[in-house]
Amino acid sequence: MVSQVIFGILLLAAVAFASYNARKIIRNIRLGRNEQRANQPAKRWRAMLLVAFGQKKMFKRPFAALLHLFVYLGFCIINIEMLEIVIDGLFGTHRAFSGLGAFYGFLIASFEWLALSVLLGCVIFLARRNIVHIKRFFGTEMTPWPRTDANLILIAEILLMAAFLTMNAADHKLQLLGASHYTQAGAFPVSSWLLPLLPDGITPLINIERFSWWFHIIGVLVFLNYLPYSKHLHILLAFPNTYFSNLKPQGYFRNMDSVTNEVKAMLDPSYTPEAVDAPSRFGAKDIQDLTWKNLLEAYTCTECGRCTAVCPANITGKLLSPRKIMMDTRDRMVEMGENTRKNKGFQDDGKSLLDHYISREEIWACTTCNACVEACPVNINPLEIIVELRRYAVMEESQAAASLNAMFGNMENNGAPWKYAQADRANWREG
Amino acid sequence: MTKLEIPTMAELAAKGEAPDILFWVGCAGSFDERAQRITRDICKILQHVGLKYAILGTEENCTGDPAKRAGNEFLFQMQATMNIQILDGYEIKNIVTACPHCFNTLKNEYPDLGGHYEVIHHTQLIQQLIDEGKLKAEGGESFKGRRITYHDPCYLGRGNGVYEAPRKALESLDAQLVEMKRCRSNGLCCGAGGGQMFKEPEKGKKDVNIERIEEALETQPEVIAAACPFCMTMLRDGIKIKEKEQEVQVLDIAEITARANGLT
Repeated sequence: MVSQVIFGILLLAAVAFASYNARKIIRNIRLGRNEQRANQPAKRWRAMLLVAFGQKKMFKRPFAALLHLFVYLGFCIINIEMLEIVIDGLFGTHRAFSGLGAFYGFLIASFEWLALSVLLGCVIFLARRNIVHIKRFFGTEMTPWPRTDANLILIAEILLMAAFLTMNAADHKLQLLGASHYTQAGAFPVSSWLLPLLPDGITPLINIERFSWWFHIIGVLVFLNYLPYSKHLHILLAFPNTYFSNLKPQGYFRNMDSVTNEVKAMLDPSYTPEAVDAPSRFGAKDIQDLTWKNLLEAYTCTECGRCTAVCPANITGKLLSPRKIMMDTRDRMVEMGENTRKNKGFQDDGKSLLDHYISREEIWACTTCNACVEACPVNINPLEIIVELRRYAVMEESQAAASLNAMFGNMENNGAPWKYAQADRANWREG
Repeated sequence: MTKLEIPTMAELAAKGEAPDILFWVGCAGSFDERAQRITRDICKILQHVGLKYAILGTEENCTGDPAKRAGNEFLFQMQATMNIQILDGYEIKNIVTACPHCFNTLKNEYPDLGGHYEVIHHTQLIQQLIDEGKLKAEGGESFKGRRITYHDPCYLGRGNGVYEAPRKALESLDAQLVEMKRCRSNGLCCGAGGGQMFKEPEKGKKDVNIERIEEALETQPEVIAAACPFCMTMLRDGIKIKEKEQEVQVLDIAEITARANGLT
């Protein structure tokens, strides 16, 4: 009875704290500007099913994709087991679903194989990061914290799976010994390998089984509450993020309606602009100038670095790294969110996303080639943020390289980016 | 080859005629000497297959693409609005472009400003003409068995998903198409996009076009095929720096097609 109460309290506390943090995340995402991303639901479901559920884009790198698939399937399917654990915990039952008979055996057996594949996947992932030193897991933005974050996630998953298998092994042995309360249930193709390692006495076995059970469930609840602070949030946000994907061709860059109104008014003085909620500035200097989708993407990024690995600027040694754009956006958003909460409204802290997080040198190194967008396994678009920052630099500050300003001048005066006369435009015909 | 007739929209309109398709030449195609040769080859192809076409001539203006990518939305929309007025004035429905940047901007970004056209890139037109049997790769230079590697322009490939049309054009020549390690949706940029064409690169280990040309040269090509005037400039600069001008040619798909059909 005591343990049921403790379990209930822990569960409640974990869920409460997780939802407190979830609300924080939603509030932070709402710092962004509005953008319509709900049209064409059929296409959106398709994008989500293919990219998030089906992991289509992961398979650009087949080996990593396969390992990731193991961990992903394991993670999703073993969560069915969580339901049973919660019921057992709350009602003091033992293996509440064992009434399912042979099917229960099948379920437990498949969980065990999946647990093993998760475990192996995570061990290999750890080795790739810490022994093989795969290049894309390093780079300027991969400071100690993001690297630790990645290792913590992998170690946590290994521990959870180890606890799960140890729990099953002890349970299995207790069943074989005919211990009361441990009814014959389940099939244990993987954990039975551990049987010889376990003691033979009923009491130590029960201790091991109970310890593993508690370790596993508390571990899961702690992990749940670790997510909001971690890059691992992608396991949840990949789904909404792909649902709200950009459905237009990647070459399309968003039209600025606020500019359209001004241009129309310039060309036709009788034009009265439609009432649009005019932004406080053109382009983006800080978080509130980006859209909620940009911000959702920043939370969704799991820092895998596939974007940076294919970025032509980064490959050739420039400062730009698309992953850093997303990480900086998230860090600044969290900072602004905290500021807003503490001060009941945002108090100017003398900082901004542009310059204090992302430098000019970074945004001007981009060739807008869309390689990062194409590479992202969860349809994040770092390019959109880069272009918004450029828009601010050019339209609000007139801060672009002199050569770019010259190009703008030529286009304005001669209708071409170079200094040639408009009248000579068709001279090639005589060539 | 008969004399090249390149009518402007104004000339056709004066005669009360309308073309089947407008050829949007673009700034590079109009002013860059190397790109002008591609422009003329596209005209030769259009004339050869008997398509009734016209150019805007001095009424054409930059689409605004480099301004938009560099963050100058004002300038972009000014350019776009002017161009849309001219295009709509001539009641243009179909456009073929020589440049993937013009292609992307006209096709994807002009609709937001009220300009709705059927826009194709010249490699798509060439593929259509091959499929229709109007272009046969006969009567000209033979590319049979020659090693050609194709560089995907970002705004044609990733930007708009056009990967097959240029390759089909090359395959029809019985050429030996060798792919670079990074091709199609994984293709590496030439380094010119996003306004980079008009500025010095930020400091780094090397220039993007060098990285790309090294990869292209790994395929040991006789020809590097391009489909964008900016890629053309970047790739040719790379070839010059690598001192491979004698062994390797950089040619646009339109030039290769024109040569194979004896139109040069």
